[in-house]
This record gives sequence, C-alpha cells and structure tokens, in this order.
Amino acid sequence: MKKELGIFVLLLVLCIVVSVLNPRFLSAANLQNTSRLIGMYGIFSLGLGAVIITGGIELSVGSVFALQGVMLAIMLREWHWPWALAALAIVLGSMALGALHGLLITKARLQPFIVTLCGLLFYRGLARFIAKDETKGFAEEPCGLLRDMASYKLGGENGVPMPFVLLCVIAALMWVALHRSVYGRYLFAVGRNEAAARYSGINSRLLIASAYVLCMALAGIAGIIIAFYTNSIAPDSHGSFYELYGIAAAVLGGCSLSGGEGSVIGIVIGTALLQVLQNLVNLLGIPSSLNFAVMGAVILIGVLADQLFGQGRAANKEGARLK
Amino acid sequence: MAEPLLELEGITKRFPGVTALDNVSLAVFPGEVVGLIGENGAGKSTLMNILGGVHQASAGKIRIAGREAAIRSVADALALGIGFIHQELNVLDNLDIAANCFLGREPLWGGPLRLINLARIHSDTETHLRRVGLDFSPRTPLRELSQAQQQLVEIAKALSQNARVLIMDEPSSCLTLSETGRLLATVKELRAQGVSVIYISHRLAEVEQCADRVVVLRDGQNAGALRREEINHGNMVRLMVGRDLKDLYVTGKGSQQQDYFLVRGLRTAAYPHRQLSFSVARGEILGFAGLVGAGRSEMAQAIFGVDRPLGGEVLLDGLPVPINSARDAIAAGIYLIPEDRRHFGLVTSMTVRENITLPGLRALAYLGLVRRGREAELAERQVSALKVKTPGIETRAMNLSGGNQQKVVLAKWLALQPNVLFFDEPTRGIDVGAKAEIYRLMRTLADNGVAIIMISSDMEEVMGVSDRIAVMHEGAITGFLDRAEFTEEAIMHLAVGKTAAA
Repeated sequence: MKKELGIFVLLLVLCIVVSVLNPRFLSAANLQNTSRLIGMYGIFSLGLGAVIITGGIELSVGSVFALQGVMLAIMLREWHWPWALAALAIVLGSMALGALHGLLITKARLQPFIVTLCGLLFYRGLARFIAKDETKGFAEEPCGLLRDMASYKLGGENGVPMPFVLLCVIAALMWVALHRSVYGRYLFAVGRNEAAARYSGINSRLLIASAYVLCMALAGIAGIIIAFYTNSIAPDSHGSFYELYGIAAAVLGGCSLSGGEGSVIGIVIGTALLQVLQNLVNLLGIPSSLNFAVMGAVILIGVLADQLFGQGRAANKEGARLK
Repeated sequence: MAEPLLELEGITKRFPGVTALDNVSLAVFPGEVVGLIGENGAGKSTLMNILGGVHQASAGKIRIAGREAAIRSVADALALGIGFIHQELNVLDNLDIAANCFLGREPLWGGPLRLINLARIHSDTETHLRRVGLDFSPRTPLRELSQAQQQLVEIAKALSQNARVLIMDEPSSCLTLSETGRLLATVKELRAQGVSVIYISHRLAEVEQCADRVVVLRDGQNAGALRREEINHGNMVRLMVGRDLKDLYVTGKGSQQQDYFLVRGLRTAAYPHRQLSFSVARGEILGFAGLVGAGRSEMAQAIFGVDRPLGGEVLLDGLPVPINSARDAIAAGIYLIPEDRRHFGLVTSMTVRENITLPGLRALAYLGLVRRGREAELAERQVSALKVKTPGIETRAMNLSGGNQQKVVLAKWLALQPNVLFFDEPTRGIDVGAKAEIYRLMRTLADNGVAIIMISSDMEEVMGVSDRIAVMHEGAITGFLDRAEFTEEAIMHLAVGKTAAA
C-alpha cells in the first residue's frame, strides 16, 4: 500500500503543478486526450505487469502492435472481413504468439529476454514484409464498433473516452484475478520462488506460460485501439518503444523485475504518471526532443527514491528478526 | 594464565525496536577452542557479526592483545587477524579454487601490469588445501565441488589469511561424518599452532569433542560458561534452555498395518541402475541413514513427484498411486518437507498465512477467488496448534527463526491431513529447544496414524527418533535395522556399502 500511495501522491503533485503552470491541462479536450492515452497504454501495461510478476519480461509488444495494425488493415480493407471476425482473429492470433513464447520459455527453458527480443525483431520484420513496407490505413472502411473503441466517448461530447472506460473494466477484472484469486496467488508464488511453488504442487510451467498468453490477449485489445487511434500504420515504426512504456509503468507501479511483486493499482497509476509527464512536456513548452529524457529521469528518480525508503524499512525488519 | 588474545567486554547491540545483545562479554585466549552455544535468537550471530566487522556495537569495548581496537568493517577484522567462516558460504562458483582462496590478495608479477602469478597462486593454494584435507587441484572450478567441499575451501582461505582467531558458524551442517571428523581434527591442529577457534554449533556432540571452554548465550545475555571438565550434553542444554529438558526423544505407541505404504522397485534419475523397495507401517517412523550423496533425498523427491522416477510403483493402503508430478503425490496425501526449507519449503517473502495455505488454496476458494476469512482462520489454527513463535500470521516467513520456519513448512502440510510424510533433515540448523518440539510433533503424528519417513545425517537423531532404520549407500538400501539393533557401528557398516553380513 505504501508504494502505491507514494506514486499516487507524486501523480497528484504533478497534476497540481501542471495545472498551476498551464491551466489548459484541465480543459476538457486535454483531459480527454490524456485519459484516452492512459487507457490505451494501461491496458497492455497490465499484461506486461502480469509477465513481470512471474519474473519474466515481454519485449516484443511494440512489434506485435505493428503486426496487428498491418493485419487488421489488410483484413478490413483488402479481405473485407466482418469487423467482429477481424478483431477476434487479432486477439486470438496474439494469444497464439503468447503461447509460443510461453512454450519456448517453459519447455525449452530459454530466457524470456532472449525469446521476446527475437520476437521484437521477427514480428517487426514480418509486419514490414507483409505490408511491403507501405503505410496502411483504414480510410473510409466501415469498421463497426472498432473505430468506437478508440474514439467513442461515454456520456456525450464531454464524456469519458472509451479506452479509459475499457481500462477501468479490465483493471477491475485484473485486480480480482491478481489479488483475490487462486491464480493470482500462484502467479506471485511462482514469480518469487518457482522451486518452492513446484514443491507445493503448483504447475509452475503452465502458470508462467499463461501469463504470456494473458499479456498478449491484452496487447491484442490495446493493439486494435492503438491502430485506430493512430489511423495510419507505418510498419517500420508503428508501436516502436511501446513495450518500454509498459515496463516503466509496471516498475514505477511496484513490480520488481526479479518477480513476485506488483499491484494492479500501482501499474495503472504508473501508466497515468507517464502520460501526465508527457502531457507536461507538451504543455510547458519543453522541446519535445527532451520528451524521452524527462521520462527517463523521472523513472530513475522514482525507482531510486523507492530503493532508499525501502532500505529504511528493511533495516527495521532486520532488527526485528534477530530477536 | 596468558593474556587473552581477544576480549569482548560489555557488548550491547540495539536495533530499532529490539536489543539483540545486552552487556555480553567473551574472552578468547591464544590456542584454545571456545564453543559458543545458545538457542536460535540468543545473539550468537549478532555477537560474531560485531567481531567480524559486519555490524558495529551500540556499546562496549573490543580488545585485541590488550589494546583497544575499533572494528568498523570486514577489512578491519581481517587486518586484526579475525577470520569468519559463515554458515552460508561466500564462494564464487564461476571461478576456480585458487581464485577463490586468494580473492583480492592475488600474488602478482610484472610490475604495473599486475598480472596474476599463476604458479605461486596454485602452489600456495595447494599447501592450504592439504591442511584441510581437500584432495583437489587448485585449478578445479568451484562449481564442480559439493557444498561440503566448498566449505573446506572457505576454511582453507581463512587459514591462508593467517587468522589468529577463526570464527566458525555451524561449520559442520553440510558435512558428512568423515568430513566432520576431518574438520574437528583440523580445529585441533590449529589449536596446536596457537590459532584460536570460536566454534558455533547446534551439534553439541561436536562442541563436546573439541571445545576447551563453552560460553552460553541466552536471550542476548551471558548465561554461563563451562570449563573443560564440566562440558557435557546435560549441562550445555540446561544453560542454553534455562531448565532441564526432559527426554529429547519420545517412544511411540506402536504401529499397525505393516504394509500401509509400499514402495517397489523405485528407480531414480540419479541412480538408474538401482531399485529401491521398502515398506512403512501406519504409526511408524522409518529413519533413512547414510552418507551424504547416498541418494536418500533423490528417493524422497522421486516418490513425491518433483523428480520423475524412471520406474517402480508406490502403493498406499494396497492401492497403486501413479505419480507423475507433485500434484499426484499431494492428492494421495503424500507430502515432503524438503531439506532446504528456504529455497524449497517456503516462499520466504510471503507471509506465514500465505505459506501455510499455498498447497491447499483451491479448497479455500469459491469460484476461483480466495476466501480471506477461511484462509486466516486456517492459518491461525495451525500456528497455535504447532506453537509457531510469530508476531502474527501476516509476518513474512523470512523474519522467523529457523525452527519456526520449519514449523510453518510442517503446518502447510498438516492442514491437508497427511497419510505419508517425508522429512528431509528436519532439524538442520535448529536449536535444541525447537528440536524437541519437532520430535514431539513427529511422534504425535505417527501415533495418529501417519506413516513417517525421516532422512537424517545426524546419527543421534536417527537412532533416537526412528522405530526402524533403513541405510542407503550409493542409491541402494544396504540393510534395515530394528530398534534393538541400533548402534553407530551397525549403521556405519551399512552406510559404507557392506551389506548386512552375519
């Protein structure tokens, strides 16, 4: 609870500072846009969080977005598939990729970093090849509810953007799954100590593989939103670096890269923090070339601060143990 | 009386919220072995950490050869001639023996080039290896050595640093009988050379064998000392615990149903050419004795399903139990309390409650969601039934003492109504008071109809607790002994591979 409180306070402080320096932060248009982005990034950050909790990592998410965008455009515009079928194909296809990663990691015992790094390279290349390096788009194609996923606002013109609504729903479901269900408890156990989990009868391999499938399922949903949000998919750059946003959000939100730690609320706040930071750079007139620099610096400070406070807590525990 | 080599006077150590040491004093004279004993949490480790430079005392003085000294770091301690051999080894298993031995003190040549003098490092290491009786080339990569052998390298390293006082923290916990014998011989040889040893161990028999004096700590304070002639098991236990401990071992009510748990023709991956067969009755404790590496843990892990057995069958109450994974064994009520509780028995960063409920979590859930109320209730019940000393069920397992951690591992399985329980080295690293409790628990379980298999390298424990003993050697059972036949000689005879002759 302490970790989440810390970054939540940081988020509040940041929002207050920006609103004071540039009241346009609080305008309906800006809030809507920021919350739309939080929704988009948050959905797949939650999936990444689940993988990180098992002690793994998933680096290929950004490239998968490119592949998804290309395939979605082709399915809708060239093959004229019904939108529901296309969406299902995207999500299931992504889950199949997740299952493949899971298999390589648990059966072939390859390191997650290696497997997903190869995925990052391979899927990007595949996307470029399938699209013949052309930028894809959706033009005037009727895409049913898919466009709405990205652009619809709940509650009229000044309402809440759909991606944010979807995030809230998914976050609630993930919270129950991760913090209240047997599955979630097993996930944390396997992430912290796989051997001990196995000795307690948990099927650790299946569990770890399922985390990758879950991550890709959420990436599928997010990928559809992202495709329609950007509306034009350049296969060599669409989705680039997005996985880093997800990992950063998870780490800021309390996930430990060595596994066994994390919280859904933390990941959502972490995502919000990153998007508000980005917004801050825009609104305060800071040259956008410094965008990544600002984010990198803040993430570092956040993690450093947590480490220093964490050491204080650990020292107290050490004393208590020895008596 | 010669001047003390080392004097700790009035040492007090305070941590936030707890006083670990209260006005403790200890003197060590040259060329003597001082046994330092006490229950878990008595303050032995803290005191030694202060001497070794890991912690600084809140109050008190340290004197080396009469002169006051400040030990602010491990380097300071080493410079003063204090060597520390920790219970958890600090070795680098990606390097070889010589590199480990001379880490940071490598003999160099080539002036500014600072190249390692390989010839000298190897010959110097060899000298020290011979002192501890380790028959390996200094070029051997450390990861090829067993844990016991790595420990001997640590000891050789400390000796090579010309320590005048050597602190050994539970040095024999991973050693076989013969290796322990060699260790004690080395300790005696060091004494003859004027090196003093502070020997910390729960194995009171070893302390009895090698110590000139015994110093006892209890609850962070001095609780007495024993001279050479006063050192015996009873006196040591009395000072450690503060009261007389009634018989450590309890005899059982007897067993029924001779072939309740039957293992036939079991073949493990470690010893594919050996077949194991044995039976355990309801209410019986079958002890497994043998040298380290005899294949006892492998046997238990194969039956429990964490390692796939290559062949054989397991029968419970006459019915065959197919075991392809730990889940199958657990479903049949066959549970294992593993040797390394910190790595295999518990998820140490999780709370007591989470650890106790982990294997049986499904039963406490409704529609996949954990019912917090029932979970807490179960955990509380187990904690009070086993008398686990913990501030609460939300305490992290890593903050409990070794004995209480072991109780949590036991609680985990007792919540699931065991039929057969495997204990692998159940009391390693646990003090006498907690040991007695665990033995009592085992006996109660047996009297309630559980079949118990206990693997132990502690001769005294195996003979005291078991109703029957099976002895293993290189993957096969060389013989069974009934209570009447329990002698150290008989066990050793079978343990080195001579099958039960006349």
